Amino acid sequence: MRIALFVTCLADTLFPEAAKATVRLLERLGHEVVFPQDQTCCGQMHINTGYPGEALRLVRRHVRAFAPYDVVVAPSGSCVGSVRHQHALVARRAGDERLASQAEEVARRTYELSELLVDVLGVTDLGAYYPHRVTYHPTCHSLRMLRVGDRPLRLLRAVRGLDLVTLPQAEQCCGFGGTFAVKNADTSTAMLADKMRHVLATGADVCTAGDASCLMHIGGGLSRLRTGVRTVHLAEILASTEATAGPIEQPQPRTGGVPL
Amino acid sequence: MTRTFLGMPATAPRGVGHLRGDEPFPVAARRSLADAQLRRNLGHATGTIRAKSAAVIGEVPDWEELREAGRAIKADTMARLPELLQQLETAVTAAGGTVHWAADAVEANRIVTDLVTATGSDRVMKVKSMATQEIGLNEALEAAGIEPVETDLAELIVQLGRDKPSHILVPAIHRNRAEIREIFLREMPGVDPALTDEPAVLAAAARRHLRRTFLSTRVAISGANFAVAETGTLAVVESEGNGRMCLTLPDTLITVMGIEKVIPTWADLEVFLQLLPRASTGERMNPYTSMWTGVTPHDGPQDFHLVLLDNGRSAMLADEVGRQALHCIRCSACLNVCPVYERTGGHAYGSVYPGPIGAVLSPQLTGVEDNASLPYASSLCGACFDACPVKIDIPSILVHLRAEHVTAYRNEHRLPSAEAVTMAAAAYTMDHLPLYEAAQRRSRLTRFAGRHGRGLPPPLSGWTVGRDLPQPPPQTFREWWVQR
Repeated sequence: MRIALFVTCLADTLFPEAAKATVRLLERLGHEVVFPQDQTCCGQMHINTGYPGEALRLVRRHVRAFAPYDVVVAPSGSCVGSVRHQHALVARRAGDERLASQAEEVARRTYELSELLVDVLGVTDLGAYYPHRVTYHPTCHSLRMLRVGDRPLRLLRAVRGLDLVTLPQAEQCCGFGGTFAVKNADTSTAMLADKMRHVLATGADVCTAGDASCLMHIGGGLSRLRTGVRTVHLAEILASTEATAGPIEQPQPRTGGVPL
Repeated sequence: MTRTFLGMPATAPRGVGHLRGDEPFPVAARRSLADAQLRRNLGHATGTIRAKSAAVIGEVPDWEELREAGRAIKADTMARLPELLQQLETAVTAAGGTVHWAADAVEANRIVTDLVTATGSDRVMKVKSMATQEIGLNEALEAAGIEPVETDLAELIVQLGRDKPSHILVPAIHRNRAEIREIFLREMPGVDPALTDEPAVLAAAARRHLRRTFLSTRVAISGANFAVAETGTLAVVESEGNGRMCLTLPDTLITVMGIEKVIPTWADLEVFLQLLPRASTGERMNPYTSMWTGVTPHDGPQDFHLVLLDNGRSAMLADEVGRQALHCIRCSACLNVCPVYERTGGHAYGSVYPGPIGAVLSPQLTGVEDNASLPYASSLCGACFDACPVKIDIPSILVHLRAEHVTAYRNEHRLPSAEAVTMAAAAYTMDHLPLYEAAQRRSRLTRFAGRHGRGLPPPLSGWTVGRDLPQPPPQTFREWWVQR
């Protein structure tokens, strides 16, 4: 299958390992990955901060970049959520009905990684190998906007060597929320503190999730406290094989970052 | 209403009532977050209600259908609100009640104060009511020399403590039993000095105190959970029985009701009386459901007044996206699941309506600029939407109100804010590939933002209060893609 990668601006700029892993994984499964070069940002930050007018040009760009493809995948529940639930609204708000229906068409063909793997490609055992103790944080938008349910967990359970431990109060937000983390930094940090407490309680070496943004937040906190617990994107775990991972530690993934 | 309609309906007036805080949410929240006792009280209370509610909702096989029915009834109601309110007025009047229309808090307070004054009573007893808290009725009554006595246990705790409610359902949720004991010892007339902090002992003390009020007060003031347009029936649901006392014992009953509380038919109650207790207190059924229709000769209050309150609701109804906030049945389920509310508590929101629903109700009632920080007091995690028994899409309204704020700010100041300039520049950059790629390369300059970004200027320094900044990768994804 020919699959267009919607890399997301955050993964493109700060977390390329998650995007590279998505490419390697899909190619390993025998699919062709294409990267539409014109893509930049889906505009979610603009929309959620109160700037739907500014986001309009980014929606238009996104629709133009991905309209030619039958299947689009992103290693992010949040950005797919924006494409599915916000793009047509932004277009309609600006009175552009044609763009709205094109956006709906692109949205119908856009999948979050675990959705693509389980629902479209019909696979859960990807032949991955990852010999670590891992806990999974279901990000809010993948959980409540996309309803990915237990798809990521099914994928993780099939990974050889992986010791999956349940995260207490997993469904509570980590406190990221885009510009919320800056505008309400204290409340966001209080939420993060509780999330970290639960992550640490699992005794996991790695906290994983389907969104680089939430992982940047959780990872930024875990790093600040020198906990030694790493955050790794779900795609990177699923892309790991005995050839790539082995018993040797992977390079320390990058955590934290500047939300614009 | 005596006014002539001249265009857009008005928002709730300033200087009266409790819809506006003194400081922005982030400032008030910072103080609340530092209160360890408050964090503990809230975490315990919201966790308990969450678990209880989830259990009883899990028992209902058609919960999703019920939610959809609740949403549909409310949407229908809002689509023909004027007609239903007139039908309600006709039915209440025919049943011997008197209906008053109050455009705002000032008018409502004056109507109620005049009605109480006319009875000659200098004391009223009150059933817990959000509408009367919203308009600051207690202060208006006190200014007129009338003593209002709250009879709901938690409202009584708040009133005796000269405090503010911090939760829609459990106004004293920020207090623990030791604090309640102290308030009772200090403020409750004739209280036993040997009072302990056992919940049953505290409740008994309140019961003794209130019993005297119930038996000696001739005027009561209530809110309403529902008003049935076709029959003119008012309904109050409660847990303690204080409402039943207030609604049946006095000579005069005055009910202050937001205009959105009307429902079309008696049969519609069936839906809401299933949704409300399970979402709210986590009970299958609330202990007391009181309903009354006008005046019944020789039974209950012989003088009944219904005050229909607008106070910004018509303005909210005019907003296509925001109007669904009028569907709210004040269950407070969204507060109990909100990760922000659970940590900051209700006072940080400044308004009597805290939590996610407050963050969409208050700015709409007052006009967004009077509560401009509230739409941002959410991480948009969506837990509120899932918990809402009438399916109010709170995250979408929050996002909508953020845009309303940006527009209002721009119109008011004539100049865009620094944030607006940044956002426009970011959108322009991201819409021009060479600029975007240059910006990606520049992001590597954050290496110079100090160790883990601790040298960043505000507002970005908000990030580094508790989190490290990453070291940007040597190569972006698109650089890797081109080279591979």
